Amino acid sequence: MKIKSQKDFFSGLMFTVIGASFAYGATSYNIGSGARMGPGYFPLLLGVILALLGAAILFKSLVFETPDGEHVGAFAWKPLVFIIAGNLLFGVLLGGLPSIGLPAMGLIVAIFGTTIVVSMAGDEFNFKETVVLSVILSLMCYGAFIMLLKLQFPVWPSFISG
Amino acid sequence: MDLINNLSLGFGVAFTFQNLIYGFIGCLLGTLIGVLPGIGPVATIAMLLPATYALPPIAALIMLAGIYYGAQYGGSTTAILVNLPGESSSVVTVIDGYQMARKGRAGPALAAAGLGSFFAGCVGTLILAAFAVPLTEVAFKFGPAEYFSLMILGLIGAVVLASGSLLKAVAMIVLGLLLGLVGTDVNSGVARYSFDIPELTDGIGFIVIAMGVFGYGEIITNLAQPEDKREVFLGKVTGLFPTKEDFKNMVPAVLRGTAIGSILGILPGGGALLAAFAAYTIEKKTKLRPGEVPFGQGNIRGVAAPESANNAGAQTSFIPLLTLGIPPNAVMALMVGAMTIHNIQPGPQVMTSNPELFWGLIASMWIGNLMLIILNLPLIGMWIKLLTVPYRWLFPAIVLFCAIGVYSTNNNTFDIWLVGAFGVVGYVWAKLSVEPAPLLLGFILGPMMEENLRRALLLSRGDWSVFVTRGLSASLLAVAAVMLIVVLLPSVKSKREEAFVEE
Repeated sequence: MKIKSQKDFFSGLMFTVIGASFAYGATSYNIGSGARMGPGYFPLLLGVILALLGAAILFKSLVFETPDGEHVGAFAWKPLVFIIAGNLLFGVLLGGLPSIGLPAMGLIVAIFGTTIVVSMAGDEFNFKETVVLSVILSLMCYGAFIMLLKLQFPVWPSFISG
Repeated sequence: MDLINNLSLGFGVAFTFQNLIYGFIGCLLGTLIGVLPGIGPVATIAMLLPATYALPPIAALIMLAGIYYGAQYGGSTTAILVNLPGESSSVVTVIDGYQMARKGRAGPALAAAGLGSFFAGCVGTLILAAFAVPLTEVAFKFGPAEYFSLMILGLIGAVVLASGSLLKAVAMIVLGLLLGLVGTDVNSGVARYSFDIPELTDGIGFIVIAMGVFGYGEIITNLAQPEDKREVFLGKVTGLFPTKEDFKNMVPAVLRGTAIGSILGILPGGGALLAAFAAYTIEKKTKLRPGEVPFGQGNIRGVAAPESANNAGAQTSFIPLLTLGIPPNAVMALMVGAMTIHNIQPGPQVMTSNPELFWGLIASMWIGNLMLIILNLPLIGMWIKLLTVPYRWLFPAIVLFCAIGVYSTNNNTFDIWLVGAFGVVGYVWAKLSVEPAPLLLGFILGPMMEENLRRALLLSRGDWSVFVTRGLSASLLAVAAVMLIVVLLPSVKSKREEAFVEE
């Protein structure tokens, strides 16, 4: 069988799988009855509906002709990886990872790390420029979040500030 | 006159020095980020929301409303000057606005957008104030069955009036509802879908979803496209004031735009985007006056009407939120989240239990509109400068602010891992052409819907027919069904697709 719309095929598949998983998960809770709904009742209902909707989308993608096949196209791995990696690095540097013994490095280090990694997602990457940007952002964040809004952040690495 | 009393109470609250300042900061920040192309109001509000945590509830909501208008308005500046819609509701403004700018009439275009928006904002505020009381009274007659049906109607309306595939949009709503159920069930105390992760027993934060899907998802999508040469209009904007001839053309367009925007704003899902599209289409259908520039070549009506409409729509979309507690679109869903953070449960009781907040917010909307005019027309030079900042400096800053914002919500790194995951998911959805806005709506409504369904079925002893035997509930469901059927009619279906492709 030929896939008529790639986008619909994969979204249908996604909805079906997610819906079925939610419905399956709901069966481990008490379902109850209409008059006495248990915690599993509503999620089971929604999970089944979602799976059915997904199946309908899947069916549509296999039956109805589209002019160009609606291809998903290539993934932009570079921005995807660097943006998400930069985001995760922010968490790692800010809070540390106790499980591998990495200490919290604080906000300023996290800003530098994140800005540099995220900048690599773009087409042009200039290290010097990125460092300047990091300095500006650090000053801005310190001013806005720490001094003005007084948010509770570890600012400096834990082994310095103690 | 109750209306006058209520409004004066509101202005009393809004005109305190502190609240004026917060409103001003909100408008300024909102415009600042709204001007940047590629970041819509949802991402803007999500990003700036953490900045309001520390404020008292009234000030926080006033600031958020300011951010919303600012983002809305900033988008039109970008549309006129850069030929890029700053956000989706100014897509149509681009068409004639940019042409005006190219002909050296950027000033009048910006003024038309500003004055039109201000007028629409004033009317919208009055409508909001006038409708609030009677609608709230209706809302008090609602039982759980009616609420459940109303939410169904709201969700169906949201997808019917939005663009894109209907089936996928409905699926996204259901997925949103399911994600909204993650966490501890209030009735049984069972932690659902938390996989023994303590952070998940509190549920998924709506900021995490909004920032991941809208913020990161949008940035990755933007970066994935080859950078087309942005043609920034850098000439000096001179002669801000429209001519007498411009005014003659503008005024009826503004009036029509305001009327359309006000009506469509109340409808679920419509809000600003649909209002702008509808207003532009109507202007295009009205006859050109002799000597008037055709549409698509810089007609001032093509700027004034959609801008008035989207502002009126932005204003009146607060009505269902404030009176019924039901958000009609993704931006309002974020407002619900913001209110819950400040321990305000949106709904009809807000007006009676919290009149200062309710009327203060309404009054501050009008003040916000006034501020935008003051802020935007004289400061236009500054916004133009901002447009020349290259994107390669902007997106690291945006990612950073998102990460900081997410962390500061709970002071918890777990949310940062989660927002990363939603960023990936958001990009995948963009690749699959799955519109994420309905998800956010469902996410906010999930727990509310379950609660009302539970109560309705408890009262009817498990009999589902309660939704169709109670008159009000039945008519709400009937309207929802009619909407679905109408949209699925082949003739309407093609029109609907057409309406969103306006180039």
